[in-house]
Amino acid sequence: MTEGALGRVYQDGEVIIYQGEVGNCMYIIQEGQVEVFVEKEGQEIRLELLGEGEIVGEMAIFENEVRSATVRASGQARLLTVDKRNFLRRVHEDPSLAYRIVQSMSHRIREMNKEVARLKWAGNQ
Amino acid sequence: MDSPRISYNDFPEQDEKRKRLVLDNGSKIAVVGSGPAGSFFSYYLLDMAERLGLDIYVDIYEPRDFSHTAPKGCNMCGGIVSETLVQTLAADGINLPPTVVQRGIDSYYMHMDVGDVRIETPLKEKRIGAVTRGSGPRDIKEIKWESFDGYLQKLATAKGANLINERVTTVSFNQGRPRIKTRHGSSRTYDMLAVAVGVNSPVLNLFNGLDIGYHSPETTKTFICEYYLGSETIEKYLGSSMHVFLLNIPRLEFAAIIPKGDYATVCMLGENIDDDLVKAFLDSPEVRATMPLGWQAEKRSCWCFPRINVKGAQQPYSDRIVFIGDCGVTRLYKDGIGAAYRTAKAAASTAIFQGISIDDFRQYYMPACKTINSDNAIGKLSFFFTSQIQKYRFARRGLLKMTIEEQDLKGSKRCMSTVLWDMFTGSAPYRDIFLSTLHPAFLSGFLKNIASSLGRE
Repeated sequence: MTEGALGRVYQDGEVIIYQGEVGNCMYIIQEGQVEVFVEKEGQEIRLELLGEGEIVGEMAIFENEVRSATVRASGQARLLTVDKRNFLRRVHEDPSLAYRIVQSMSHRIREMNKEVARLKWAGNQ
Repeated sequence: MDSPRISYNDFPEQDEKRKRLVLDNGSKIAVVGSGPAGSFFSYYLLDMAERLGLDIYVDIYEPRDFSHTAPKGCNMCGGIVSETLVQTLAADGINLPPTVVQRGIDSYYMHMDVGDVRIETPLKEKRIGAVTRGSGPRDIKEIKWESFDGYLQKLATAKGANLINERVTTVSFNQGRPRIKTRHGSSRTYDMLAVAVGVNSPVLNLFNGLDIGYHSPETTKTFICEYYLGSETIEKYLGSSMHVFLLNIPRLEFAAIIPKGDYATVCMLGENIDDDLVKAFLDSPEVRATMPLGWQAEKRSCWCFPRINVKGAQQPYSDRIVFIGDCGVTRLYKDGIGAAYRTAKAAASTAIFQGISIDDFRQYYMPACKTINSDNAIGKLSFFFTSQIQKYRFARRGLLKMTIEEQDLKGSKRCMSTVLWDMFTGSAPYRDIFLSTLHPAFLSGFLKNIASSLGRE
């Protein structure tokens, strides 16, 4: 039943977000997985693998900065775009709508803290 | 922002009164009706309570079983989940699955006697969901997709709501608390009642006589019918586009054909819709050209003339009681499910974070209703302009010409396409649509095309 699959299907390896580009939307993964990586000195550094129901590219909603990482499909993936303007208008009307994004960001900060602690610990050894 | 509850600390008597009208651990809430408004309300009420560590009980009264085919499980609606609502729900953690959405809509066709034009979503993405509210028309042979209302009801029960499959026959107050009596004779008293019944439900009459200032909404008749075409035929003839008709048929305001899984849904809005008007529309050359060869207008799978809310209810709240969705305030003609979501969530957050007194609902719930009401006033004006365009051939030609010419332009420059998209899909508030039509680029483009059409006429 693919007729009712909302969003857009990306093929394996297809880039959804390019690091450095200006973003005006975020994506919600409906099906499959995407990998997030940054490019540094010609090398790809993989940051995380995100799956169904997770949000990607949400920083573009809250900051007027360029995309901080590249996101591409890992296997076939289906993503739904959420427009910045639409979303912020709805948040203005119903602030609780931002709750899940705050929750997701909070989770990522927690994971990042663990990673920073691990790297510092490794550096001190 | 500080809660106004703090100010009551200086007035112990009022504070005491207020304390009685908040939800607390062990509070019992009844929800009458489990269409989108009732299920969204139950889901968000329990979700917000969970965030606060509040232990509450929610009973949903719904006699219908959405796993049944029409009319037993039907909620009589076109069944479009708007682009805005699809995105909002996803951001809120509710991703509509393809087992519920029968067809993702990525474009629409505007059909007029002067020609057709296809308008795509800016990102060429399927962002509108075509669903059925029940489990499908009466002649359905195999239920392949889940009912939209059934899906939302499951979300609410998974959060902890208790579903009572009984019809409510009496609503009264017992020492200021709402009391519900069902057809089977069970009677329960609650701390709060959320009314989420449709305007076509006889249960709504129970509330008009409650002496709480509530008066049910003004309504108008619509027409909805289903045609079995089969998935392949739908793909071939209708595709993943909503088909909108701007025809000069007296009394017809708006009509659309929505492709679903195996069926196509015809929706009509207008003045005193009757069999003659339905026949005039279905027999029009534009509809015949859209539907497959050999299609017979009279071979309907299922049809109804449901009423829709066109003017919001008076005072949709009182102490311990709130009216949400269609029986309260909804959006004019479009995105009724979106309005159900907005009013349900506003009522749930008021009940959890503010209180359940008449003052709480007036201060925190009513603004959401007022926003929809005032937007509807602009909507009426917008539909009036659309009806004027429908009336005059040169205006229809101008509209078509401008829209066709825009299709090769970038998104932001497609003024008319954007206005039409938002108007017909219910994706943006009527206020935003109206303001877009005042943009110099829109006005000059439209006037230029109208002048050119007048010249040709």
